[in-house]
Amino acid sequence: MVDLSVDLGFLKLKNPVMAASGTFGYGLEFQPLYNLNLLGGLVVKGLYFKPREGNPPPRLAESPCGLINSIGLQGIGVEAFCREILPWLADLTTAVIANVCGEEEGEYARVAEYLSRHPGLAALELNISCPNVREGGKCPAQDPEATYRTVKRVRQASSLPLITKLSPNVTDITAVALAAQEAGSQAVSLVNTFLALAIDLESRKPKLGNVLGGLSGPAIKPLAMRMVFEVARKVKIPVIGLGGIFNYQDALEFMVAGASAVQVGTANFVNPQACPEIIKGIEDWAESQGIKRLSEIVGSLKF
Amino acid sequence: MFQDKNARIIKTESWGNYFLLRLAAAEIAQKSKPGQFLMIRVSPGLNPLLRRPLSIHDCSGSEVEIFFQVTGKGTELLSQKKPGDHLDVLGPCGGGFSLLPEFKDKEIFCVGGGRGLAPLYFLARELQTAGARPVVFYGGQTLSDLPLKKRLDEAGWETNFSTDDGSFGFHGLVTQLAEKELMKRKPSFLFGCGPEAMMTRLAEICQQAVLPAEFSLESIMGCGLGACWGCSRKIKKNGEIKYLRICQDGPVFPAEEIIWSGD
Ligand SMILES: Cc1cc2nc3c(=O)[nH]c(=O)nc-3n(C[C@H](O)[C@H](O)[C@H](O)COP(=O)(O)OP(=O)(O)OC[C@H]3O[C@@H](n4cnc5c(N)ncnc54)[C@H](O)[C@@H]3O)c2cc1C
Ligand SMILES: Cc1cc2nc3c(=O)[nH]c(=O)nc-3n(C[C@H](O)[C@H](O)[C@H](O)COP(=O)(O)O)c2cc1C
Ligand code: FES
Repeated sequence: MVDLSVDLGFLKLKNPVMAASGTFGYGLEFQPLYNLNLLGGLVVKGLYFKPREGNPPPRLAESPCGLINSIGLQGIGVEAFCREILPWLADLTTAVIANVCGEEEGEYARVAEYLSRHPGLAALELNISCPNVREGGKCPAQDPEATYRTVKRVRQASSLPLITKLSPNVTDITAVALAAQEAGSQAVSLVNTFLALAIDLESRKPKLGNVLGGLSGPAIKPLAMRMVFEVARKVKIPVIGLGGIFNYQDALEFMVAGASAVQVGTANFVNPQACPEIIKGIEDWAESQGIKRLSEIVGSLKF
Repeated sequence: MFQDKNARIIKTESWGNYFLLRLAAAEIAQKSKPGQFLMIRVSPGLNPLLRRPLSIHDCSGSEVEIFFQVTGKGTELLSQKKPGDHLDVLGPCGGGFSLLPEFKDKEIFCVGGGRGLAPLYFLARELQTAGARPVVFYGGQTLSDLPLKKRLDEAGWETNFSTDDGSFGFHGLVTQLAEKELMKRKPSFLFGCGPEAMMTRLAEICQQAVLPAEFSLESIMGCGLGACWGCSRKIKKNGEIKYLRICQDGPVFPAEEIIWSGD
């Protein structure tokens, strides 16, 4: 038997595979397809304080091996989430993580504070990196100082463990990761989507109603993995890696690059069984390699 | 909701650009209702990446059928499948058409434009089984856009055909044909599926005739499960306009709730 568990310090996961925010709804949506307790963790869709309308359609466009989305964080708001969904998620034995959003620092703090008052959450993931809600795809994670301030505000508002989700749309992602660490974030997750544009040539119009969107899926995997590698070598806190993970090999490569755990996003659409299949694949691989504790491979890249 | 990774193709048929596949997918078939759809992975590779939404065209026992038109890369790949091949199929997704007890003995119009006929065949069959009297309208640009003509002729209910160029049946739009018949016959309900412009016009006709109706809408889809909110479109629910998910809250909506894209 391989020990698949992951100790992030502030949180123990039964295995390193989590479902990524925004690609797994509020968790309930996948319930008919498999036992959610198989997951290492699940991150629910981004939550603002109030319900949110989201962006005009079309909100999705395909590109080779990729998906560009401009959902704009349509959602039910934190109150409805805590009332209607969280009690149900709290019964799961998997780690449930809420993805915290805000228009400004104060809202992030209010959402975090509200969530902390309700049982059932293992951690908060601070989404300071969504490219779909501000003009031109701007977000706090593009600036180390804004990152520091936002993380600090949330840190003071909530006692739940904090994971800061980073944007790849920056020159030096390690500077932002260090700012998050400095402000008291217990982990970082990366990456969110890459700011992208898709055009319909016939009409010369953007394919997305919001003009720009965020690219995810296998197309971004090497870029995301490079960033995980860079950040893991700089920070002391655990790194959660994501971006184009579609199978167990992808997940293991991220771990070798330095990720203590991984998240699976777009793959959930293409193969709703992706997460449990990846977990099984990791276990079989470790067994075949004679690995006793999977965490041994984290950051084991030979170069 | 099931994911059948190995739904075997039992039969394929094709007419030019139009294709019909019959699949063995017992769990999915047993739960399917008219108006629901499948999310089909068209290739085991990663390009194209997303599953394609396709209506359940017919369903019996442990088998389901899809009927589609090739409009791009995904449907092209799907059209190349042969009997004996396997497909990764997720379904049944979404909610179906309303099949009300008061439809018994009443005339129910089912109006389809082009590939929009896909979900209406299963619907008409279920209506007939329930003792209603389905009247199907099937329109296309020209005769070759009516590949299901033979199948409908043999179905045992009334089908009216139209072509824009007059090459077969009524000469004109299927909405004109449906409007003409609707005035004469006063059906109890109308179901529609087809291009947006056709459904928009049909909805106007129904409103003028005070005829209750439901339409099946399309949108690009990420998950088909209600998890990504990528398929959202503005819908009027209880007087309030908001983005609802076509995959989960639809794809079938009552006419009065739909905000047509031309509006
Ligand atoms: C609920 C539902 C039921 C449908 N049922 C049928 C059916 O029974 N028969 C049939 O022929 N077609 C049906 N369609 C339309 C069908 O899904 C599209 O024609 C198909 O996805 C096109 O894929 P493609 O790769 O060939 O085209 P491309 O244009 O290459 O596709 C690019 C992307 O856009 C999406 N897309 C393109 N057109 C549509 C569309 N009209 N609706 C939704 N997504 C689209 C594709 O899924 C893909 O993600 C249905 C759509 C929906 C939403
Ligand atoms: C449709 C969609 C919605 C998303 N919504 C969120 C969100 O609400 N919060 C967030 O932090 N990330 C969101 N993301 C980003 C993903 O969590 C993930 O960071 C990104 O897609 C890269 O991973 P992937 O390639 O495995 O999908 C979303 C991604 C997609 C495709
Ligand atoms: S396609 Fe994902 S919510 Fe409808």
